[in-house]
Amino acid sequence: MSDLLLEVSGVTKRFGGFTALEDVDLVVRPGERIGLIGPNGSGKSTLVNCICGALHNEAGSIRFMGEDIGRQPTHRRIRLGLARSFQIPKPFASMSVLDNLRVPLLYAARRHEKIAKSQITDEAMHILQQVGLGDKAQAMSRGLTQVDMRKLELARAMAAKPRLLISDEAMAGLSPAEVDDILALLQGLKQQGVAVIMIEHVMRAVMKFSERVAVLVAGRKIAEGDPQAIAGNPDVVKAYLGE
Amino acid sequence: MSNRTFTVMVFAIAIAIIMASRFIPNEYFFQAAYTVLQFVVLATAWNILGGYTGYVNFGTAAFFAVGAYSTVFLYNAFQAPLVVMILAGTLVAGLLGLGVGYLTLRLRGVYFAIATLALAVVLYTFVINWDYVGGARGAYLLQPREVPFGFARYTHLLYSAMVLMTAAALAVARAIETSTLGRGLAAIRDDELAAESAGVPTLRLKLFSATVSGALMGMAGTTFPYYLSYIEPSSAFSLSYAVNSIAMPLIGGMMSWLGPLIGAILLGSIQQLVQVTVSSAWNLLIVGVMLVLFVTLAPNGIMGWVDAWRKRKDR
Repeated sequence: MSDLLLEVSGVTKRFGGFTALEDVDLVVRPGERIGLIGPNGSGKSTLVNCICGALHNEAGSIRFMGEDIGRQPTHRRIRLGLARSFQIPKPFASMSVLDNLRVPLLYAARRHEKIAKSQITDEAMHILQQVGLGDKAQAMSRGLTQVDMRKLELARAMAAKPRLLISDEAMAGLSPAEVDDILALLQGLKQQGVAVIMIEHVMRAVMKFSERVAVLVAGRKIAEGDPQAIAGNPDVVKAYLGE
Repeated sequence: MSNRTFTVMVFAIAIAIIMASRFIPNEYFFQAAYTVLQFVVLATAWNILGGYTGYVNFGTAAFFAVGAYSTVFLYNAFQAPLVVMILAGTLVAGLLGLGVGYLTLRLRGVYFAIATLALAVVLYTFVINWDYVGGARGAYLLQPREVPFGFARYTHLLYSAMVLMTAAALAVARAIETSTLGRGLAAIRDDELAAESAGVPTLRLKLFSATVSGALMGMAGTTFPYYLSYIEPSSAFSLSYAVNSIAMPLIGGMMSWLGPLIGAILLGSIQQLVQVTVSSAWNLLIVGVMLVLFVTLAPNGIMGWVDAWRKRKDR
């Protein structure tokens, strides 16, 4: 059991009569890089919301590091070592970029890692430099460009010092060079033993990044396997391109 | 400056002000200063939930009146000493604040504001029908004839108590603002889901914020029945408490403890001045005009305006 970091089994989520997720299974091992793909509206973000606790699934279980977290509030899951970035950036608009990172460092990272209060600023600066926002640390977050806001989203998730980071379309709208920057960044997390679930429409990035890819279509997982096999899977091609 | 130093300083200043006030011969000063300071406490308290946490409370009057009427109850029941009345009223209003905190589970933004307004109406109706505390005709509270601590009049004692309560409110507000807690509250104000996803226990923090805010508002009301020697529901539940305690932080600035202080002193003093020179009927009109002026010219209040000016100068 304990060799699995995240274990999602049989998760079902309905919104009224609409079934957004049906009997979805997904496992993530420590340090693993997973790509989660699927057409718009296939339930990718809903799955993330169920894993992180923003939504509650009607059936199935979610275990993290062997512990059933299905009934726990979001902040407790984050403190255990989960972190997510939002598809639509949600910066703390009244704070500077640096202060945005102080929140997860103070409230989440310090729960499972020893970080002295005096180190918080250094730690935040270190992460900002990694994502390339080092020179904007003192800027107000509401004044950032869309691209920088996405980087901030990712930086804030990293500042929670997670064991599993879920990146929800961090690359949409970025230039190829910036996609490569973010990819390098996420790949660097592997050295620190951080597992990543990457939700992405930028196929080039997903295929390059992932060790394993899972495909959601209309709330069901229709395929899972290594990137090459998935790209050639007729069901997946059909889901994306039609018959 | 550490919060401990600040607390010691603010209480030292409060005691100095109380001492210095003994040399003021004008009785009116105590009356006016009491009212202005009462608004400083209310505005500071409101800002903890409204400014720091982002939940607009329209029910200031309810908390204020709960503080006031707990004093009336203790007066009728036990002739309790003033300190007990202040502590009890603060506690009861804090509990009411905790209840309001649970409303934030389901209500946000304007819906939360309406719920707090409704709370004031419900409590108003309750008090009107509660005969023990005077009901609709009100209750008289005689100021004790013997005044402790060598004060010349009981009003001076009440004024001094209000100075100390102001110091307490400011110390609490600043301690919250500069702590990890304050950063968590700011995260909630900016985006609750993002805050929760950064590990902030939003519900617990909101409950804390609502409780402290409510308790301080109630505290400001505990000495009110003695101050007038008479209390009746429509003055204790006056809408002007809600309007003022929102307008003052808005005008002063909602991001720091200084904002409500500046806003309350400014707005409160103008109201006192106009009340003496023209008429008290102008009070709400003044608040309205000031609000319109500030919302258009300095939307982040006086403190925001000062910050922007300082930044321009640095450049």
